[in-house]
Parts: sequence; structure tokens; C-alpha cells
Amino acid sequence: MIEIKNINKTFGDRHVVKDVSFKFYPGKTNLMIGESGCGKTTIVKLMVGLHELDSGEILYDGQNFPKLSQIEKQDIRKKIGMLFQGGALFDSQTLEENVMFPLEMFTELSKEEKLERVNFCLEKVQLVGKNKLYPAELSGGMKKRAALARAIANNPKYLFCDEPNSGLDPKTSIVIDNLIKDLTEEFNITTVIITHDMNSVMEIGENIMFIHKGQNYWTGDKTQILKTTNKELFDFVFASEFMKQVLSASNK
Amino acid sequence: MNLFFHIGRYFMLLYRVFSKPQKLSIYIRQIIFEINNIGITSLPIIAIISVFMGGIITIQAAHAIDSPLVPLYAVGFTTRESIILEFSPTIVCLILAGKVGSNIASEIGAMRITEQIDALEIMGINSAGYLIFPKIAGAVFIFPFLIAISMFLGIFGGYLMGVSSGACTSYQYLFGIQAFFDPGKFYYSFTKVVVFAFIITSVSAYFGYNTSGGALEVGKSSTNAVVYSSILILLFSLILTNIFLNT
Repeated sequence: MIEIKNINKTFGDRHVVKDVSFKFYPGKTNLMIGESGCGKTTIVKLMVGLHELDSGEILYDGQNFPKLSQIEKQDIRKKIGMLFQGGALFDSQTLEENVMFPLEMFTELSKEEKLERVNFCLEKVQLVGKNKLYPAELSGGMKKRAALARAIANNPKYLFCDEPNSGLDPKTSIVIDNLIKDLTEEFNITTVIITHDMNSVMEIGENIMFIHKGQNYWTGDKTQILKTTNKELFDFVFASEFMKQVLSASNK
Repeated sequence: MNLFFHIGRYFMLLYRVFSKPQKLSIYIRQIIFEINNIGITSLPIIAIISVFMGGIITIQAAHAIDSPLVPLYAVGFTTRESIILEFSPTIVCLILAGKVGSNIASEIGAMRITEQIDALEIMGINSAGYLIFPKIAGAVFIFPFLIAISMFLGIFGGYLMGVSSGACTSYQYLFGIQAFFDPGKFYYSFTKVVVFAFIITSVSAYFGYNTSGGALEVGKSSTNAVVYSSILILLFSLILTNIFLNT
């Protein structure tokens, strides 16, 4: 489990993250939702140590990450998989090399065992047979899936996904969402997903935190979100005409 | 103040670059890759420039020697001295600062803006060590060989031009390049090359690693890498020349 307690972050005079607390549970898809620029990505970057925390605690199974030594932090990071918004695949490496990379760095597996694991991960994300392709040869959806394969290659205990379906068509988005949900449940991973896509929220939102102007405004799950009385969340969820129609249909 | 900020940040980056490698076998593989990427691929441009510059130096030397009191073997002597002392170690390294430096800065800069460096960090990898150390080690290893080839080709180019243009005879040129030879000058030249290899790769990597923004900033980092590497090469050339030759 990951728990954040009263975390704060400022950039210059901008208070970007304000006293946010939340618990991310293993085996569940934990979603962080909110408008663009509300501080979601900053929270994740604080959680993985890419930004320094101003105050608060980030607990990985009870260990306060910001207070750990560099070596202890690296040990935790070895258990983290991250799916970046743009994929962040290594351009100079093939798909197979990308997925194999964490295995080469942190395991003593034989070449055959590594290849077996790579093929297993590629099969999970439905990219079998694409081993020798370079990132430039992949479509947007394939890049996301390839990045997901790399993120799970080293059996992560914690998985972070930064807008996993941004820029994807609705059908591919659902494929990615379901992949993440299945992997989370199958391997009991503590998964943290940043999204502002309401389709994703309704598809896989088991434990949701709504961030507004850097603050935690609401927590709940996908069944509660449609009944919310929180004004900011209501405006966010029902911003589109489609969601307004869903609401009016459910009220009838 | 800004200068001190960059110097401080540069040395902090170097501290991370020279931290204990996480997996030596991968670092060695990367070093071999960089030896090819940085060194071997630079060979054609170095060969072309060296042959032409050798020829040009020879013609200029022959043109400058218009006194009958100066023997014509001085053409070979002058070409050798120019190439070994300054042209190959400094000018060729300035050219490599353009080719290799911009390549390193743009490669690492692009990795920074596309979050590939963040991905390495999150995996628990020392990204500075993994990305930059093999480039420095590869360049420090291969540059002396490249410069040795440049020296040979420069002197050979001078021979071709000198003899074919009639500026001197083959015997005079060959006698000239062996005259008053001091092997200590190679020590001076190759020390410069090793220092320049370090400057080119580390300074360029520094600018690439600290890129923020988009494609425009990658271009700026690449330009800064070449400009500052070149300035530092000339500065250290002056310092090392004073140390080695000003006695």
C-alpha cells in the first residue's frame, strides 16, 4: 500500500499541491482525477521522487520514501513500474530491448529466461511478434502497451500510469484500461492512475481521488461519483454533453 | 553568479557520473557502443579534413619559405610540427566538438524532454552514470587513436601535395618530417587530446542532461554544448601549452 499524508509542494510562489492525503490500495485501480494543471502529475512525481517534497509523508508499505537514503530509495524504485504519458520508450532500442532493460539492470536471469519474461509481458499487452520493432515504428496505442510491458517486466509492486489513454481512440483506451485493471488484480499491484478521462473512471475507478487546484476535494469509487454533491467534482464529471445525458437518463 | 551556478551543477553531475556503476557488464557494453558511435563514425570526416589540411599547410609553408638560405626540408618539418602540435590535437578536436558534442547534447536533451531520463530514474537507475559515463570513457579511449590517425594522414596529405606540386622533393619532405624530432611533443599532444575528449563529452552531456522544455530547447542545448566546449578547448589548450612548452 502507498499512503500520502499532508503532502505539500510549491514552485516559486505557486502552491501546486496543498495538504493532500490519500491511501492507494494493492490489487485495486486507484485513480487520481482532475482538470489539466490541477497538480495530479506533480503528486505522482513527488511520490516517485522526481520532485522534492516540501512537507508531508509518502509511505511505501510504512517506509517514508522522502526520508530514505539514496540506496534505500533505489531499492523501492526497483519495485516501481511507470507508464509515462508519452510512453518514454528508449528510441535507440527495439521493443524487446526496451522490455528487457529493467531485467538486464536488476536481475541475474539467463538470456533465455529474460527472453521468456519479455515474451510473457508482450503477450500480456498483446504485442506478440513485435519484438524487433523500434518505438518509431509503433502506433500511439502500441507505444502505450509497449511501455506498459516494460513497466511490468520486473514484477513491480507499485505501478504508476500517467494518463495511460491520452491521445488514444475510445476502443484502444478501453483495451489499455482493462489491461491495467487485469494486471493489477492478477499480480496484486498497487496501481496509481492519473486520468481526466471519464470513460476510464467509469470503466476501472475503484478508489478515486479528485484533485482540484492542488487539493483533495473528494474520494470515493465509480458508483458514488455519479451521485456526488461536491460542486467542483460535479462540474468536472458532467462537463460534457454526453455525461449530462447519462445523468438525466439515470434520473428518469 | 550564473557561471558559478553552472560550474557547481556541472561538478555535481560529474559526481553522479562517476558513482559506482550499477551493473558493470552493461556499462562495458555501452562503452563499446560509444567507442563506435563517437569514434569510428567520426573517422571519415577526420580523414578528409586531415589530408586536406596537411596539403594546405605544406603549400603555405613552401610559399612562406622564399629565402634560399632556408633548406626545403623545412617544408616537411613545418608541416609535421603544425600537425602534431596544434592541428590534429586542437583543430580536429574543435571539429569533433561540433560533430560529437552536438550529437551528445541533442541525444540526451531529447531523452530528457521525452521523459526517458525520468523513466531511468524511476527504475532506480543512476541515469547520469548510465548515459554519460560510457560516452566520456569511450571518447577518452578512442580520441587518441583518432588523432594519431589524423596526424598520420595530415603528414601524408602534406607529402602528396608537396611532392605533386613540386614544392619539395620526396627526399626533402621525408627528411624534414624526421628532422629535430622530439618524442616528448607526442606526450603534450595526447595529453591535450584526452583533456579535450573529456571536455567535449562532459560539457555536452551537461547541457543535454539539463535541457527543459521542448524541441527548441534541445536545439539551444546543442548549440551551447558546441560553443562552450570550443571555448573550453581553446582555454585548456592555452593552459596546457603554457605548462608543457613554455619552459
